[in-house]
Amino acid sequence: MARHITSVLARLYLALILVFLYLPIVIMMTMAFNTSPLYEFPFEFNLIWFKALISNERLLLSSLNSLMIALANTLVATVLGTMAALGLNRYEFRARPLLELLLLPPITIPWLIIGVSMLIFFYWTGIGRGLHSILLGHVALSLPYVIIVVGTRLKTYGPTLEEAAATLGAKPSQAFWRVTFPVLAPSIMAAALFAFAVSFDQFVISYFLAPPGVSTLPVEIYTSIRKGFTPEINAISTLIILVSMGIMLVVARYYRFGGER
Amino acid sequence: MSRVDLEHVSKRYAAVAALHDVSLSFRDGEFFGLLGPSGSGKTTLLRAIAGFVEPDEGSISFDGRRVENVPVHKRQIGMVFQNYALFPNLTVAANIAFGLSVRRVTGAEAGRQVSEMLELVRLTGLNERKPRELSGGQQQRVALARALVTRPKVLLLDEPLGALDRRLRQEMQVELKDIQRETGVTTIFVTHDQEEALTLSDRIAIIDQGRLMQMGQPREIYERPATIFAAQFLGDANIFTGKRENDVLILPGGERIHAPGTAATVVVRPEKMRVFAASRAVPDEASNRIEGHITQAVYSGASVTYHIRVAWRVDRPLLVFAQNLKGEVLTPETSVTVAWSPEHTVPVET
Repeated sequence: MARHITSVLARLYLALILVFLYLPIVIMMTMAFNTSPLYEFPFEFNLIWFKALISNERLLLSSLNSLMIALANTLVATVLGTMAALGLNRYEFRARPLLELLLLPPITIPWLIIGVSMLIFFYWTGIGRGLHSILLGHVALSLPYVIIVVGTRLKTYGPTLEEAAATLGAKPSQAFWRVTFPVLAPSIMAAALFAFAVSFDQFVISYFLAPPGVSTLPVEIYTSIRKGFTPEINAISTLIILVSMGIMLVVARYYRFGGER
Repeated sequence: MSRVDLEHVSKRYAAVAALHDVSLSFRDGEFFGLLGPSGSGKTTLLRAIAGFVEPDEGSISFDGRRVENVPVHKRQIGMVFQNYALFPNLTVAANIAFGLSVRRVTGAEAGRQVSEMLELVRLTGLNERKPRELSGGQQQRVALARALVTRPKVLLLDEPLGALDRRLRQEMQVELKDIQRETGVTTIFVTHDQEEALTLSDRIAIIDQGRLMQMGQPREIYERPATIFAAQFLGDANIFTGKRENDVLILPGGERIHAPGTAATVVVRPEKMRVFAASRAVPDEASNRIEGHITQAVYSGASVTYHIRVAWRVDRPLLVFAQNLKGEVLTPETSVTVAWSPEHTVPVET
């Protein structure tokens, strides 16, 4: 009997967690397809808000900005991060433990604080605000994720695979491209998707670094909400959620968290 | 197939000497075992031959040609790593073909050589498997085939059978020996397993603390160890120290042991000793004798191991391996005479 109660409570607890996580999202996605702009029932299926979205130039332009920055960020952060992971893994040097330790704070320091400090730094150095500084900020933010994801995979294999390739006559470049790179590929793929998600969902830093008239999608959504809520926001948010969840599912397919495939 | 010569090779890591003035010659086609405890420098020596470790001093040559400045990928070696280091993303066939493809041997010729190797290691039919789908013994064979397909000058094996269970290890020992004989490749292998070293090697070198302690055929090293370390590391040994009186060693208990040589310390292998319950049964040629009593008799079928306590050396019981000829086991507390022949009394350096 006691066990039965415990198991019911456990299920209830799980259900509550899922409800709090997903119910707001489900409601929002539902409302994106509702005719009424005021969250009114009965629910009437309609695509007017998606149609309104297509004619909303500001939202579309900022979406394009977000997409371009996310793609550029993915490319730059993945390449630099993979190189950094290789360097940290392969070479023994005095500053290495410190460098590895310094990877973690950017993940834990509040984005608000990072955003403010980047704004001050970019202003002070003359880099200024704009899409270029947003990109710089995003790269800095997503690098640790890439280095940690790729570095973990590197550690599980160690140097012996490349050593084996060398004994078989492979030059260092051949050993890298024929052995190390294919072995790392799933983790590089996962790291790239992380980098994309970090950039595409990023609000705070983009908000600080965006000059007037330029914005990314999350920033634009925030601005439009302040001016007055329209269900187009629900529509675009629905699209973002679908893209983000899709990415995470792909990541999960390529990269088993906390374990070796 | 080549001879490999090391002359005065030394390597230091920080303040620790990993290798100290090691000179060794490996003959063409020889199966050579480097035996030593962990941390002895035997793996460093193997990695120096492979080219992963650059010696601070000394020379390494293949067929008389110096190779210290030749990078690993140009040394034409084959190596089997302790954990095999198979490429996880490639199939068995692609793993074996790797060394061929970096030498631009591809297509039908590569396929033919891969099949030949698979046949040699008896893995025909597993071409398309991935390494993780193979058992430990099969992975071991793939690693061997991969290392041999490029016809290396020298084959290096780092604890080749260490990751296998006992039964499989014994099977692979026989197979490894056969494959080596068939290919005739000069093979150098590292092990800490004395039985493996004795079974496989044409010659053995015992390494300790970065130094070459002794080198020779398995039988020479086992029967005539030069040092206490060699005697104890390769097999079991009863050690006696006493006062010299020409050919006789006088032990602390007053026993007079006939032992040729001048060393004050001698070793006797446990299977060379015999145990007699009545001293009149001792044959004349077993003229070295010590009295004691049995503290433990360990019966293991084909043989019996006796621990024999001697009054003047209570802390170090004698170890005797007796062949089970009569199907009888002497019981503990029996007073016995331990006897052996002077020729099995080996003087050693301390």
